[in-house]
Amino acid sequence: MIAVTEDDIFVRSQRVSVLPPPLAAAGPIGWARANLFSSPVNTLLTIAILALLVWIVPTLVRFLFIDATWSGADRDACLAGPHDEAGACWAFVRDRFSYFIYGSYPIGQRWRVDTFFAMLAFGSAWLLWLDAPRRDLGALYFFVVMPVCAYVLLNGWPLIGLQSVDTALWGGMLVTVVVTTVGMVASLPLGILLALGRRSSLPAVRILSALFIEFVRGVPLITVLFMASVMLPLFVPPAWAPDKLLRALTGIVLFSSAYMAEVVRAGLVAIPRGQYEAASALGLRFWRMQRLIILPQALRITIPNIVNSFIALFKDTTLVFFVGIFDFLKTIEVARVDPKWATPVTSATGYAFAAVFYFVFCFLMARYADRIEYRLARADRR
Amino acid sequence: MQPNRSGRPRTALFDDPTFRGIVYQVLLCLLIALAATAVVRNVIANLARNRITSGFGFLDQTAGFDISQTLIEYSVQTSTYGRAFWVGLLNTLLIAGLGIVLATLLGFVIGIARLSSNWLLRNIARGYVEVIRNIPLLLQLLFWYNAVLKALPEIRESFFQGSGMLLNNRGLFLPQPVVGPGAGWVLLAFVLGVAATFGLRLVAQRRRELTGQITPQLLPALALIIGLPVVVFFVVGAEVELVYPQLGRFNVSGGVEILPEFAALLFGLVIYTAAFIAEVVRAGLLSVPKGQLEAAGALGLRRREVLNLVVIPQAKRVIIPPLTNQYLNLIKNSSLAVAIGYPDFVQIFTGTVLNQTGQAIEVVVITLAVYLALSLITSAAMNWYNARIAYPGR
Repeated sequence: MIAVTEDDIFVRSQRVSVLPPPLAAAGPIGWARANLFSSPVNTLLTIAILALLVWIVPTLVRFLFIDATWSGADRDACLAGPHDEAGACWAFVRDRFSYFIYGSYPIGQRWRVDTFFAMLAFGSAWLLWLDAPRRDLGALYFFVVMPVCAYVLLNGWPLIGLQSVDTALWGGMLVTVVVTTVGMVASLPLGILLALGRRSSLPAVRILSALFIEFVRGVPLITVLFMASVMLPLFVPPAWAPDKLLRALTGIVLFSSAYMAEVVRAGLVAIPRGQYEAASALGLRFWRMQRLIILPQALRITIPNIVNSFIALFKDTTLVFFVGIFDFLKTIEVARVDPKWATPVTSATGYAFAAVFYFVFCFLMARYADRIEYRLARADRR
Repeated sequence: MQPNRSGRPRTALFDDPTFRGIVYQVLLCLLIALAATAVVRNVIANLARNRITSGFGFLDQTAGFDISQTLIEYSVQTSTYGRAFWVGLLNTLLIAGLGIVLATLLGFVIGIARLSSNWLLRNIARGYVEVIRNIPLLLQLLFWYNAVLKALPEIRESFFQGSGMLLNNRGLFLPQPVVGPGAGWVLLAFVLGVAATFGLRLVAQRRRELTGQITPQLLPALALIIGLPVVVFFVVGAEVELVYPQLGRFNVSGGVEILPEFAALLFGLVIYTAAFIAEVVRAGLLSVPKGQLEAAGALGLRRREVLNLVVIPQAKRVIIPPLTNQYLNLIKNSSLAVAIGYPDFVQIFTGTVLNQTGQAIEVVVITLAVYLALSLITSAAMNWYNARIAYPGR
C-alpha cells in the first residue's frame, strides 16, 4: 500500500480560465451551422436562396446604379448609355422632378406649396411625437388651423393678394399629400362619430351607422370614386357642381371614414364596462363621458391601428388616378410616355422612383406604429 | 325627488333619456329624409336637363363594342349590354377565383417561411412582405404590365419558338388540347374522384375519432383525383390532339391565348395579397401556445403529426376570419383591372357601358350591388366554414 503524503495532493487555489467554446459551436461558423445548415433541407434552401440572390442582386445593382444614366437633356442620353446595357434613366427623373412634385402648379406660385409641406411636416411632427408639449394645441392646429390655412394658401384668395390656382393645375406629390391629408383629417372625426353611432343605444342611429359602414366596406374604392365622380354632380344643383378634385376627395373621405370607424370601434370595445359605469355614476352625460373618459383611452390603444389605416389610405390615394386627378403616380404615367423621354428603360425607372417614394413613407409609418405598439405593451406590463 | 305612480323619478321631459333619445332619432331621420328629397329633386331636374331617360331598358340594347376576353359567347354586332354585364362579371369571377387559390398557396408558403429556422429564408420572406405591403397595388400592376409584360419581344421575336408555345408582348400562347368524344367520361371520372376523396376524408376522420387510428389519405386521394381520370382517358381511347399556336406575320393563330392584361393582373393581385396572407398565417401559427407543441412532442408525435394534428387545427380558427378579409380585399382589388385594360366587370360595365349609355345612376347602382353581393356571398361562405370548425360551446 502506498502512503499518500502531503506532496502528492494537489489543490488548485486559483480558478482555471474558461476555455472558449469550440469553434464549430460559436462565432460565425457556429451561427451559420445553427441558422443556415442545421439540416439537409435547410442546407439546400440556403444554397438555393444564395444562388437566387447572386442572380438578382447584381442585376438590380447594375440596372439601378452602375449602368444608370444620371444626367442628360433628353432620351438620347439614356439610349446611348455609358455601357452596353441600358440602365435606369435617372436623368429623366431629374428632368421631370418638379413636375412630379408640383404637377402643373404655376411656377411662380410654388412657394405656396412648399409652405404647405412645411406646415404639414410641423403639424405631423407635433402629433406624432408623443412626449411633445401641448399636444392638445397640436391637434387643434392639425385638425382646424392647418386645413383652413392650407386651403387659402393652395387655392388662393385674391383679397389678400394670393391669386387663385385652379385645382386642375394641381398635381404630383402635392395632390397625393393633399388627398391623404384631407382623408386623414376628415376620416378620424367622422370615423369616431360613426363608431360611436354603431355602438349607440338608439336604434335609428345604430342601424344607419352600421348600414353606411358595411355598405362602403363591401364595395371597392374605385366604385366609390366613380360614384362620387359621376353621381355627385347629379345630386346637387348645377351651380354647385363640385370640381373634380373635390369629388374625388368626397369619395376618399367617405371610404376611409368607414374603415376608420371599424378601427375606432375595436378600441371602444376594448374599454372595460366598469369605465362606462363609473363615468355614469359620476353623473357624466354621453358626450362628456366619451370626451373625458372613454375616447382618450380607446384612441390611445388604437393609435397603431389608426396609423396602419393611414398607410392603407396613403396607398389608396393612387386610385384617384381613375377619375382624372393628376396624383403622383399619374404624373409618372404621363411623363413616362412623353416622347421626349420615351426609351425602353423609362417606364421601369419611373416605377422604381415611385416605388421608393411610397415604400419610404409607408415603411416609416409602419415602424412608427410598431414602436407605439411596443410602448403601449410595455406600459401595460407595468 | 318624489317617485311618481309608475315608480320612476319625476324629471323634466327633456331630462328623460328615453324621450331625449326618441327626439334625437326623429330629428336624424327627418334630416336624412330632407337631404334625400333634395337629392332626388336635383337628380330629376339634372336628368331632365341632360335629356337622359332613366330605367334599366338600356340593358337590352345592342352593345356594339368588342371585348378582348370572353368566357361566354359574345359578338360585337348582336350582343346586348346585358350580355356584356355577364361577360364582365365572369371575367371578374375568373380572376378573383384563381387569385384567391394562388394567393392562399403563396401566402401560406411565405407565412411558414417567416417562421423557418433558416435565417436566410426567414429574412427573405420578411423582406418580401415588407416591400410588397408598402407599395401600392396599382403601382405594382402598372409595373408588371408596362415594364415587364409590354417589354417582351414583338411577335416575330417570340420566346420559346419551336417548343409549341409562344411568349411575346401580345400574351402567352399555349397548345390547345382538342378532345375526342370520350372527354365527357374523363370529366365524369374526375368529378367522381373528387367526390370519393371527400367521402374518404369523412370516413378517415370518423375512424380517427372512434379508434384513434390514422388512415393514410394523400396517396388514395392522388389515385382518385388524378389516377382515375387518367385510367378512364386510356380506356375510352386516349383521343386528344394538340393544336399548336402558329406564328403569323402580325398575329398568332390557334392555341390558347393568355392575355398579358390577365397575366399582369393575376400576378399583381397574387403577389400583393400573398404578402398580407403570409402575415395572417404567421400570426395564426404563433397564436398556438408553445406548451401545446411541447405536450405533443412529449406524447411522441412526429413533426408532421404535431403540425397536422395539433398546430393547424388550432391555428385555423385564428386564421380564418382575417383570411376572409384578405379574400374580400382581393375581390375588391380586382377592379384595378381598369388601369391595365383587363376586361373585368368595372372596366366593361362601369367603364365602357357607362360611357356609351350615360346611364350613370343605373350603372353605378348595379356595380355597387354586384360587389356587395360578391362580398356578402364570400363572407357568408367563410363564416359558415368558420362556424363549422369553431370549438363547440365557445
